[in-house]
Amino acid sequence: MGKPVGQELYETFEHGADIGVRGYGATIEEAFSNAAKAMFSQIIVDFDQVGPEKTVDIECEGIDYESLLVAFLNELLAQADINRMVFCGFEISVSEFSIKGKAIGEKIDMSCHEPGVEVKGATFTMAKVEKKDSQWLAQCVVDV
Amino acid sequence: MDTKGLVKKSKCWWEIPPTEDMRVPAYLFASPSLVHEMDDKVREQITNVARLPGIVKAAMAMPDAHWGYGFPIGGVAAFDPDQGGIISVGGVGYDISCGVRTMLTGLTLEEVESKIETLMDALFYRVPSGVGSEGKIRLTPKKLDEVLTGGAQWAVSLGYGTPEDLEYIEENGRMPGADPKCVSDKAKKRQYRQVGTLGSGNHYLEIQYIDTIYEPEAAAAMGLKEKDIIVAIHCGSRALGHQIGTDYIQELAKAAQKYNIPIRERELVCAPIKSPEGERYFKAMACGVNCALANRQVIAHIVRQVFADIFPKAELKTLYDISHNTCKIEEHEINGVKKRLYVHRKGATRAFGPGRPELPKALQKVGQPVLIGGTMGTCSYILVGSEQGESLAWGSACHGAGRAMSRRAAKKKWKGSKVITDLAHKGIFVRTASYRGAAEEAPQAYKDVTEVVDATHEAGLARKVAKVRPLGCVKG
Repeated sequence: MGKPVGQELYETFEHGADIGVRGYGATIEEAFSNAAKAMFSQIIVDFDQVGPEKTVDIECEGIDYESLLVAFLNELLAQADINRMVFCGFEISVSEFSIKGKAIGEKIDMSCHEPGVEVKGATFTMAKVEKKDSQWLAQCVVDV
Repeated sequence: MDTKGLVKKSKCWWEIPPTEDMRVPAYLFASPSLVHEMDDKVREQITNVARLPGIVKAAMAMPDAHWGYGFPIGGVAAFDPDQGGIISVGGVGYDISCGVRTMLTGLTLEEVESKIETLMDALFYRVPSGVGSEGKIRLTPKKLDEVLTGGAQWAVSLGYGTPEDLEYIEENGRMPGADPKCVSDKAKKRQYRQVGTLGSGNHYLEIQYIDTIYEPEAAAAMGLKEKDIIVAIHCGSRALGHQIGTDYIQELAKAAQKYNIPIRERELVCAPIKSPEGERYFKAMACGVNCALANRQVIAHIVRQVFADIFPKAELKTLYDISHNTCKIEEHEINGVKKRLYVHRKGATRAFGPGRPELPKALQKVGQPVLIGGTMGTCSYILVGSEQGESLAWGSACHGAGRAMSRRAAKKKWKGSKVITDLAHKGIFVRTASYRGAAEEAPQAYKDVTEVVDATHEAGLARKVAKVRPLGCVKG
């Protein structure tokens, strides 16, 4: 399923009780970063108002691309909690089934943002990472 | 759900006979219309559970079952450790021990109605809720370990609540077997500021009044009177529980491979109960349970303080505290022989009948209160566990209404602010930090809780005692 040019690079999709998050990109790194943006856009309503003020190192591993995506999103949730931040940008590199890089965002202050819903965890449900016609797609359902 | 191949055992009980490598049958407890509406994924997931090693009697789905992670939400299964039985992360879920605490207030609808908005404002202000909220309690690593081993008993020892509360909480407020060494540092770091917070999503704090009593004797034993005001707190183990789930999905995936357990879905990963990996998960999960029990105990204490300010004569007494997402060691009779089983309930409520040693003295004769949350616009129910339910489903019942519409669709269909004003016109006062959350949680996005509860009652899993209606709701 390729993404037509000119549309959003991240989006959500239907799932019974929870929410699916999906990212597209020319590289796997872009697709993963956009999937993460889809997730944080659920946590904070005015996601596009989050500024790049602080960075946190991110490192995680999987046994295949799907488990790497789930691990990446879960690592971001954990680091967001621990550092009391919300992330808006990601600079990562994927090497086989591991990720190294940075998450960028600001300290969470709900007095100046509209809160959305807390994400409990990224799951393997409908998890898919694939490349089609030079376009990467990365998606999974997150438990809210 | 495609009903082909289902065998009807009674009005609200269906069997999927074992095929291929299913070790036991699967049971669906639901009315014909609920089965019809049920996701096909429930059938797939519950038959997957029936394939797991050491499963006893049947894999079961409660009337509110829907597509979950490994287990369906509303899935119940017991495993025998002596028969190679397993413990599964998917059988517990990400929000370990998410549950409901209900408290009696001794106040009547008449006394509270005129001050409901003041009460809701104060509860919303004092009980931390929503994304990024933090509790007043600050914990060091050592202190957090005390929470993980002590549960609600830890909270009471610090003055949050009374020893009497503990009698009315599952496991007397503290699940034994918890070992904080089995919980990652990352999980602990996420929890330092979150004890005593409600969370978000479907979590809530509701002021309710008792609308209808169905079984006067059981209601009297529980202290429920028509038009009395009660408080319901729905929340879980917060970030700690989520991180334990995330960590052990990885760990038990390796274990399942090591012990040659075929896994059909990645979140159904498991390990033998009697294996180092299985034992570690059980000890970590018990920490998650204790975290949730402590969390609800602290919130209950804050609720008491708020009531004391506004209604000085109110005396808040814990009716009961139940957990939805757990694996517990319980004794059950199989063909006249008592066995120690590991009972998984994922989005299902324990519903013990009279005489169980786990119940508080005052409820020994009547059975366990089963607290079922509805939506903020409709109603909730209090049921009582029964001996029939114990023989049918290890003493288990439904846990809520279950969603009828996805969050994404609900958000598109309704505006949060409109949902809140509409409810206010109906005399239900909602307080929330997230309008979008309110839209996602719109009452119409849920199934009819009454139908779910009626099916639970009809199947014999638990009996209806009282219907309660909301007066005010803090949504996370």
